[in-house]
Amino acid sequence: MNARTHFRLVVLYVVVGALLLVLTGRMWTMQVLDGEHYRQVAAQNRTRDIVVPAVRGSILDSSGRPLVRNRTALVVSVDRTSLSRQKDRGAAVLARLAATLGTSRDELEKRVRLCGPTVKRPCWPGSPYQPIPVDDRVDPKRAIQIMERQEDFPGVTAQVQAVREYPEPEGASAAQALGYLQPITQEELDKRKGLKVTGYSAVDLIGRDGLEAAYDGDLRGAPGFRRVLVDSQGRVTGTAREQPAVAGGHVVTSLDAGVQGAAENALEKAVKAARARGEKADSAAAVVMDVRTGRVAAMASYPTYNPAIWTGGISQDEYDALLGKKKGEPLTSRVTQGQFAPASTFKISSVAAAIRDGYPLNGTYPCPGSFNVGSRAFRNFEGQAHGSMNLHRALVVSCDTIFYKFAYEQWLRDGATKPKKNPKDPMVRMARDWGFGARTGIDLPSEASGRIPDRAWKRQYWEATRATDCKAAKTGFPELARTDPTRAAYLKAIAAENCAEGFNWRAGDAANLSIGQGDMLVTPLQLTRAYAALANGGSLVVPRVAQAIVRPDGGVIRTIDAPPPPKLPVDGKVLAYMRSALAGVTKEGTAAGVFNGFDSGKVAVAGKTGTAEVYGKGDTSWFASFAPAKKPRFAVTVMISQGGTGGSSAAPAVREIYEAMYGLGGRKALLKNGRLPEELPRLTPQGAP
Amino acid sequence: MTAHGMSLDGYGETAAWRRRLAVLRRLDWTLIIAVLVLSVLGALLVRSATFQILTEQGRDPEGFLKRHIFNLVIGFGLGALVSFLDYRLLRAYVPIMYVLACVGLLVVLTPLGSTVNGSHSWIVLGGGFQIQPSEFAKVGLVVLLAMLLGEPRDGEDGPATRDVLLALALAGVPAAMIMLQPDLGTTLVFIAVVLGMLTVSGVQKRWLAGLVGGGVLLAVAVWFFGLLKPYQIARFTAFLDPSADPRGAGYNAQQARIAVGSGGVTGKGLFSGEQTGGHFVPEQQTDFIFTVAGEELGFIGGVLIVALLGVILWRGLRIASQAADLFGTLVATGVVCWLAFQTFENIGMTLGIMPITGLPLPFVSYGGSATFANMIALGLLQAVHLRRRPFD
Repeated sequence: MNARTHFRLVVLYVVVGALLLVLTGRMWTMQVLDGEHYRQVAAQNRTRDIVVPAVRGSILDSSGRPLVRNRTALVVSVDRTSLSRQKDRGAAVLARLAATLGTSRDELEKRVRLCGPTVKRPCWPGSPYQPIPVDDRVDPKRAIQIMERQEDFPGVTAQVQAVREYPEPEGASAAQALGYLQPITQEELDKRKGLKVTGYSAVDLIGRDGLEAAYDGDLRGAPGFRRVLVDSQGRVTGTAREQPAVAGGHVVTSLDAGVQGAAENALEKAVKAARARGEKADSAAAVVMDVRTGRVAAMASYPTYNPAIWTGGISQDEYDALLGKKKGEPLTSRVTQGQFAPASTFKISSVAAAIRDGYPLNGTYPCPGSFNVGSRAFRNFEGQAHGSMNLHRALVVSCDTIFYKFAYEQWLRDGATKPKKNPKDPMVRMARDWGFGARTGIDLPSEASGRIPDRAWKRQYWEATRATDCKAAKTGFPELARTDPTRAAYLKAIAAENCAEGFNWRAGDAANLSIGQGDMLVTPLQLTRAYAALANGGSLVVPRVAQAIVRPDGGVIRTIDAPPPPKLPVDGKVLAYMRSALAGVTKEGTAAGVFNGFDSGKVAVAGKTGTAEVYGKGDTSWFASFAPAKKPRFAVTVMISQGGTGGSSAAPAVREIYEAMYGLGGRKALLKNGRLPEELPRLTPQGAP
Repeated sequence: MTAHGMSLDGYGETAAWRRRLAVLRRLDWTLIIAVLVLSVLGALLVRSATFQILTEQGRDPEGFLKRHIFNLVIGFGLGALVSFLDYRLLRAYVPIMYVLACVGLLVVLTPLGSTVNGSHSWIVLGGGFQIQPSEFAKVGLVVLLAMLLGEPRDGEDGPATRDVLLALALAGVPAAMIMLQPDLGTTLVFIAVVLGMLTVSGVQKRWLAGLVGGGVLLAVAVWFFGLLKPYQIARFTAFLDPSADPRGAGYNAQQARIAVGSGGVTGKGLFSGEQTGGHFVPEQQTDFIFTVAGEELGFIGGVLIVALLGVILWRGLRIASQAADLFGTLVATGVVCWLAFQTFENIGMTLGIMPITGLPLPFVSYGGSATFANMIALGLLQAVHLRRRPFD
């Protein structure tokens, strides 16, 4: 071996040794110095956090009967993200799935597309990253097929999930009060902190209306998580840590399933009866409220729908039917969102206003057939003249002209067409004090506030409509003039007046307001609450539907109490006077006929009819009441839109509700001792009783 | 010392046995023991890397282990055969070996070859057997270069220019074919072997400088003219920044480092590696076998493997320096360069200091062709050792 080769071999020794040293050094830094770091990374690598969905709480009536609960269902869901990654964008998978579920691929594709301005249902309104439920009534055998053959169904899952169910105890649906659930949208996720998408399509829903929305946070519970060990394929090999889900609390309401069912029944019957008489009767509402607490025992809205329609995807036809005018917009709760002129039921406020304005409570007032407000004659209902009477009788027979006179005189005192700087507006003020024109603050979303057409509103309205009026004042109504020149001229004159001085609070406005007509609007809930305040001696209670949030094991998480009620600025004597007058309405007044044969020996009902004229439509029929008349416990109101007179449509429904509540006329009493249960229902640890 | 160690001519039975024992005693037992220990360790690691996934797949959990032991036994047999050959006679077979190697590599490039893990380097023989000609080509290359560069010279320090050029040309043909498979790792082994053997053969420094310079230029050209496959570029990018694409190209590198790093000093225990059990590292029984060692046996086990490979390389270099002739020296040098480069590249890529290429870890990884080729290399070392210069 020559020296060069020998030397170069030595170099090779060194090079090989150096390489091995490099490897050793590198191992030292990675395994010894950075070992802890890599161990942590490895731990994250190996584990996956799985969200354990929380079971949504039920909504119960005051004795614990579930109005909404869960049933377990096998839900088949499709993951859009996973589908979109497939070569054919999931077409083959959907075709296979359609065959398994017994539907068409076309139908499935419609269901998993995202809703948009041009995309009509069926479509997916939720977040695109959530699994989309396509079937929640799948046969377990088929679900198992899907789960077992994941290679054939990538992106499709079948999970046992809780799905909303509506048992309708005692026939009570309370659909609008309960509300409904919808998939969480991306905006809601962004907006509401702590709102988690769990990946369970039937759980990633949010209350969109009613109690489901108002108490969503309580009902939802908190999802748990399980940290599982996984291999590189994501297969679970064990559990590292587990935090169980906290089930949502049950909402115990003050609704009584029996009373609720009776109210819904009575409404439907009344609507049918009104229609039989030729009325349109397009919508209706009924409210039963505990006058002492403001707790709602029943709230029914007509037309109604079956909320079960929301679970498992809704078709465009179904959806249109819910929102459309054709089916009467059954999603809208007429109790909290329906706004109608209260008509004579409003007179309790007007009486109180007149007394506060100085008119004697025991005075005698003339009730002519018509009263001239300025140049215009305002008539009594059907133009009847009753002679002179006290206020008691004025309420019993529902005289209007007395109130026109009060309103007109007050209007004159406020400066008539040239109002004083701070007009007293006694009727407006009292209406406001009685809670009209403002939301009651009930624990339900989207409550309407009604409207008191006061001076400010008039001006606002004028500003909004002036342009149209001024145009009409110039051009007139040429088309109408061809057929009805008198009416066209009249409308033109009105338009001219409105254009010039429509902001004015005119005598007619004051007169209309005094009998709850014109532009005055109230919700049935507002009116019920006003009657509750009259009945309980002046506390303007804040209505509540929910009483408490209760843990699934029965422990009370929190009770739901209304804020302290404001006091009506009305003397107790005045309230007592009106209560006694209203008690007369069912005996000798406008509702005497309806209450003929009613067992008033057991329970006397005090109430007031109302028949509101609506321009271009049928009259709104009202009956607002409380009972027992001497020691009031409940206020009951029924409103039937386009239902005719208060006495003919609404009052019979109210009578029926009372009879059901108290067990009159041979019925079985729905209420024990004539009141709602004082205590919260006892729930068994298994859940609702 | 006779050139016919295995022959039985002119001796009785007893004498023949005695001679055989003498030959056995003259073997490099340190080398053999190192290889044996490494093979046993390798078999355990192969089992660790495969028994869980085999169980999950409902196959025999010891399937890979059994196959590996089978390969090892065959490999040892081949190695023993080669050990007792007079390596000097190999020269006669070099042309045949060379042609066979080239034909094998050519077949791989035809539709008869099949692709495993992105590399078109296999010939499937059927019945579950497949061979990787490029592994055997390494043996051929070593012997070929040794023959060309180890020609007896008259006082010259280095080989004749003619021989160097011939060596480069002949080495270039299989290297190019391997590059086409494409098998970058084996091509790099070829380059390391050529460079190492040229160096030790005593070529002028300017040859070496020229080759290295030319290589760098070539690499730059390859890079700029886009001759690399996208996945190869991705591997290099992933090497430079493993977290760049942790689910894609960087995945192997990232997972390999996590597995090794999380092993710590003492490891998680044989068969109890969580990363290994979860199959986070792909190709774990072959190219990434060292991650199993790193995770389950820790720094201590890793150092043990590096040390055992170090012993093998040390013995190889020792054999090179004690060889009876330049041909023997160069054969041993070639084997050392081959194993050394493969060791450094294989372990280096699991540690994130080398880019990822598909090369097995000598004597440890699963794989028939590689095991056979390594054992033949071991046999070559022993053959040279058996005929070393008597004064050592």
